[in-house]
Amino acid sequence: MAANYSVKQSSKSKTSTGLITSNEYPNEPLVKIEGLSKLFPLTTGIFQKAKSFIHAVDGININIQEGESLGLVGESGSGKTTTGKLLVRLHEPTEGSIRMVLDGEDKDIAHLRGRDSKFFHRHAQMIFQDPYESLNPRRTIFDTIAEPLAVQGLGSITEREERVAHILDTVGLSPPETFVFRYPHELSGGQRQRVAIARALIVLPTFIVADEPTSMLDVSIRTGVMNLMLELADEMGVTYLYITHDLAVARYMTQRLGVMYLGKIVEMSNTEEVLANPLHPYTNALLAAVPVPDPTWSRKQPDIVGSIAKAIDPIPRCRFYSRCPIRQKVCEENDHPPLEEKAPDHWAACYVV
Amino acid sequence: MSDYVLRVEDLTMHYNTRAGDVSAVENVSFAMKKGEAMGLVGESGCGKTSVAASLLRLLPDNAQIKGGQVFLNGTELIGLSEEEMRKIRWRRISMVFQAAMNSLNPVYTVGDQVIEALEAHDVTNTNEESRQRVEELFRLVDLDPKMMDQYPHEYSGGMRQRAIIAMALSCHPDLIVADEPTTALDVIVQDNLLREMTALQKQLGMSMIYISHDIAVIAEVSDRIGVMYAGRLIEYGSAEQIFKRPLHPYTHGLMSAFPSIVGPKRELAAMPGEPPDLINPPSGCRFHPRCPYAQEICKGEAPEFKDHGDEHLAACYFPIEVSSNGR
Repeated sequence: MAANYSVKQSSKSKTSTGLITSNEYPNEPLVKIEGLSKLFPLTTGIFQKAKSFIHAVDGININIQEGESLGLVGESGSGKTTTGKLLVRLHEPTEGSIRMVLDGEDKDIAHLRGRDSKFFHRHAQMIFQDPYESLNPRRTIFDTIAEPLAVQGLGSITEREERVAHILDTVGLSPPETFVFRYPHELSGGQRQRVAIARALIVLPTFIVADEPTSMLDVSIRTGVMNLMLELADEMGVTYLYITHDLAVARYMTQRLGVMYLGKIVEMSNTEEVLANPLHPYTNALLAAVPVPDPTWSRKQPDIVGSIAKAIDPIPRCRFYSRCPIRQKVCEENDHPPLEEKAPDHWAACYVV
Repeated sequence: MSDYVLRVEDLTMHYNTRAGDVSAVENVSFAMKKGEAMGLVGESGCGKTSVAASLLRLLPDNAQIKGGQVFLNGTELIGLSEEEMRKIRWRRISMVFQAAMNSLNPVYTVGDQVIEALEAHDVTNTNEESRQRVEELFRLVDLDPKMMDQYPHEYSGGMRQRAIIAMALSCHPDLIVADEPTTALDVIVQDNLLREMTALQKQLGMSMIYISHDIAVIAEVSDRIGVMYAGRLIEYGSAEQIFKRPLHPYTHGLMSAFPSIVGPKRELAAMPGEPPDLINPPSGCRFHPRCPYAQEICKGEAPEFKDHGDEHLAACYFPIEVSSNGR
């Protein structure tokens, strides 16, 4: 892989440092999202045509490089989870394209059907927030983890058994034979989330959407699961879209970070850069509001008021206008600002900063 | 003694379940001064909420207080009859629950529910008086008094939590116990609410107990912090002592496992194992199976919860030395 990188890099970019920086990515991104939108109709009756729509995701562009972990943060209702579900085809997009490199081939996955959709899920998987709800209580751990193999028709029964045993070992549930015939209710929360991770990994996907995978877990267990996900990314070269509301977790888990607000990406850069030099007023407020586990640290007060609205037929102006401390006339007179590169590889959607 | 608003001594509470006796709270002792905010942290199932429920004697049928005493401004609560306890609750000790959505009745207006609390405890008697007091309370927690005639579904999550706080404040209690008051809220709303609760606490000279699994939240609001593990209080000290010089290896482990957005990015150390089953808790120190410093003695008798200087208490045979942090 490393050799592959350097060959392509020499042909495409001029740097000799070998470091991958934003403008000089050696490869085409693994995932390329353009103008992606998802509107949910608000119907008043079953025969009525919807007049209003929730703009859950509203024309976003994201590139995800192979092997990186991209974080999406924002308050509830900002569209993070919808974005994640669009990327693993649990929702049909209303508009826009999602291109993903599958087995070296660049494919539009936005409207896959049937056989193509099945093939796609060999490469892209999702880990859900709540391990108490995402596992079928009537199935043994073996059945749960082996199901993707059965769906994809991979391997014989014995091969599947071997793979399940191996993956259980990998996610730290060992010895595997003590776990395969247990049911979810016999496992603790941390163990269940490890099973959910094992199920996502069993088909050796290249891309995983992780939707708040540790938010239901206790601190002493959570760190173990986060470290496991980081190790797996290293060993298996998995690319993550990591969705979380917790900026401290995002900092630990991701290299790049996108901040979402009402269906729009308002800021995107290197994770440390976003945390150190936030540009968008919303990011600033979000950062100011995060409690710090240090009693001697005093934070400045976030300077925004109110709480996030619902994205129902938003007024064509900056989505953050009503709460923004630095709003100006231009923000109201024009539609939502485009994401612009304000500093090297630091993108923000704001007319003022 | 009188400067303590709350003194808990050897509180022990078990749940009787079909599977056996769950030792949810075991020999918990602490004292808190008037006007202080105390934080109680620990993971789910460690007994934080059970301690709070025991203080208010709001326990399910299968719970049994096995022993211990609770003094609220000198009054012992465990020995009181249910009738006497009912007079103490809300008036002298009140509680803000975790799920604000579920602690408001959807078919009554929020104002009526606060009035119900006021009139049940004879704080106000006429309707006019009650409405006036509700208005005051709403202003206090930064809610528009006009909203008192609206129903809970018309409130946002943060507003509902404010209404609950208004209710908890309604009878001027000596002590408020807030169990995960901001857990379901977004960070900006959470920040707003925590600032306000701290301001109110200082302004009214109230004593507060905050219960949370989030040590960052606890760090922000508490003067003193108690750390619980598997039904026992294992460390108690000032916020600074707990965060800067933790004595118990579990506290130290919690701190090392918590990510932060300030300071240099650091590797987080995961704790091995999982919290124990409280039907069959480990002998001796309940943390010993997961403790990196455990020795034979830790499996025998439980270590005494004792003062290691400067009112910094811990239950550990081998507390982490102040001089060589992390040994």
